Amino acid sequence: MQSSSTAHLEIINEHSHTLLQCSGMWTLPYLSTVAYQLETLNPESSVIWDVSHISEIDSAGIALWQLYHRAFEHKGLESKLIGANPDHDKLYRLLYSHTYEPEQPPKTHSWLYVLGHETHQNILGIGTFLAFLGEAFVLLVYTLLHPTQIRYRSIVAHIFATGATALPIIALSAFLIGVVVAYQSIVQLQKFGADIFIVDMIGISLTRELAPLITAIVVAGRSGSAFTAQIGAMKMTQEIDAMKTMGFDPFTFLVWPRVIALMIVMPLLIFFADIIGIFGGMVIAQAQSHLSFSEFVHRLQGALPIKHYIIGVVKGPFFAFLIAIVSTYRGFQVSMNTESIGYYTTKSVVNSIFLVIACDAIFSVLLTELKL
Amino acid sequence: MNSIIIEARDIVTAFGDMLIHDHINCSIRKNEIYALLGGSGSGKSTLLREMILLQHPKSGTLKVLGIDLNTITPLEAQNLRRQWGVLFQSGALYSSLTVGENIAMLYHEYTDLPPKLINELVGIKIDLVGLPPHARFLYPSELSGGMVKRAALARALALDPKLLFLDEPTSGLDPLSSRQFDTLIAQLRDLLGLTVVMVTHDLDTIHHIIDRFALLGEKKVIAEGTLNEVLQYNHPIIDYFFQRGSYGIKD
Repeated sequence: MQSSSTAHLEIINEHSHTLLQCSGMWTLPYLSTVAYQLETLNPESSVIWDVSHISEIDSAGIALWQLYHRAFEHKGLESKLIGANPDHDKLYRLLYSHTYEPEQPPKTHSWLYVLGHETHQNILGIGTFLAFLGEAFVLLVYTLLHPTQIRYRSIVAHIFATGATALPIIALSAFLIGVVVAYQSIVQLQKFGADIFIVDMIGISLTRELAPLITAIVVAGRSGSAFTAQIGAMKMTQEIDAMKTMGFDPFTFLVWPRVIALMIVMPLLIFFADIIGIFGGMVIAQAQSHLSFSEFVHRLQGALPIKHYIIGVVKGPFFAFLIAIVSTYRGFQVSMNTESIGYYTTKSVVNSIFLVIACDAIFSVLLTELKL
Repeated sequence: MNSIIIEARDIVTAFGDMLIHDHINCSIRKNEIYALLGGSGSGKSTLLREMILLQHPKSGTLKVLGIDLNTITPLEAQNLRRQWGVLFQSGALYSSLTVGENIAMLYHEYTDLPPKLINELVGIKIDLVGLPPHARFLYPSELSGGMVKRAALARALALDPKLLFLDEPTSGLDPLSSRQFDTLIAQLRDLLGLTVVMVTHDLDTIHHIIDRFALLGEKKVIAEGTLNEVLQYNHPIIDYFFQRGSYGIKD
């Protein structure tokens, strides 16, 4: 007999039948060669399995035999088993106690169905978002009528978390944007000997467009994702249900403090980004075209009408509202599985950045039409 | 067959200043259903986690299948992990995969069996634990509590382990499902030659299928043995745990 440390299958073709001499360890680690042997086997006569020399068998071994036993019978061949001992029999009875029928996987739908389904879901999604928004505003009105219910502590905590702690990353991003814009424009302006206009360029583009946009994108990535994850985790641990049963409304306790805090913080962060961004431009202006800081500031006073700065800062609360409301809404959509937190956090960031850019475009068109 | 599968000697565990185990000893024999019992916070789950290499005791020796966990090499650890199955209290099924994929994953990682056979094996494991065949295509979030436990058991049994660890297998199940689960465990032990180590609170489980157990309390093992042996002792925690005398139901 062959060594018993692995599974063996000897195929003996006799004139009236095929004898499959099984021996060795028919257990999980050793079965792959035997499985491929059986896969390539194409018997033409009835099959007899001799299992009397199997030293050890586990569920995988039984399953392998059963799989091909069924396959041979399906082809109309007789498949017989000889030499099975009571242990094999017991294990077989345990594993195949019911008439086991392989279940077909559920049908996958055609692309047209998927497209239609997704579109329908997205339209419904707009409805649920509007419902969320409506409920939020009803509770805002209620809370404003009962000012004792406003969560001042929570608002302040969120101001700290979304504002103060965001200063370093906002400073870094705004500085770099100032540097990039200054660097690129100075090269072009120098061609016309119009270096001094770098001040107008930096002043207007940063305060009006770039600083608000960069700040909003950083905040969406930083605080928006945090809002979704926080609320999502609370939803998963049933904390939100617990709050509801105690009569603590999630909108008053979770949504509005975040929205209000972010709306307060955002204009301040934009102001901060304006200063740092202009400073970045100043550094480059001095390095590249020897424009001193005092000259730069002097020129800036004439070149930058206050309206650009105000337009930039006024965008802040709008962006903040969009980011906070979308990210809290996505947080509430998290369901009971761990994957959905990641899914909705991604969605929340993507949605809020898109909405911020769309909102900025609307501002741009409106204000230009208004000749501002 | 009385060979010892798991042996704990002088286990000391502490979280910071809080002592959990103060020189604990116990031994688990081959082919028995062994339980770690004790009140909440008695450190039974911690002891289980130490046996399955998720945590390390502060001192003491722990031998699983003859291998000392203090001096285990990463390769030995990997081999050891393939010889046991663990059922976590909450199931811990991978939520991004269906039940079938949760089970099949182990075959894909550890064997090179053809997909057809893996498919068959997944089918019989699902059937073995009493799940309906369509359950393999469901995601864990679509399962009820009892089904999650069964699916997790199917996953724990995937590689035909010799050793099965169960952390509160019947918690959260209704009494009928609990008894069915117990019967299933006992049946698997008999037919697959398993050794089962479980943490449980369920008195019915203890009465029906447990061979031997260790009762943990006051940072020690208060008693170890069969139910009848342990009931011979006189100790307030034993009385309390089995609701004897003034604590409730008569024995």
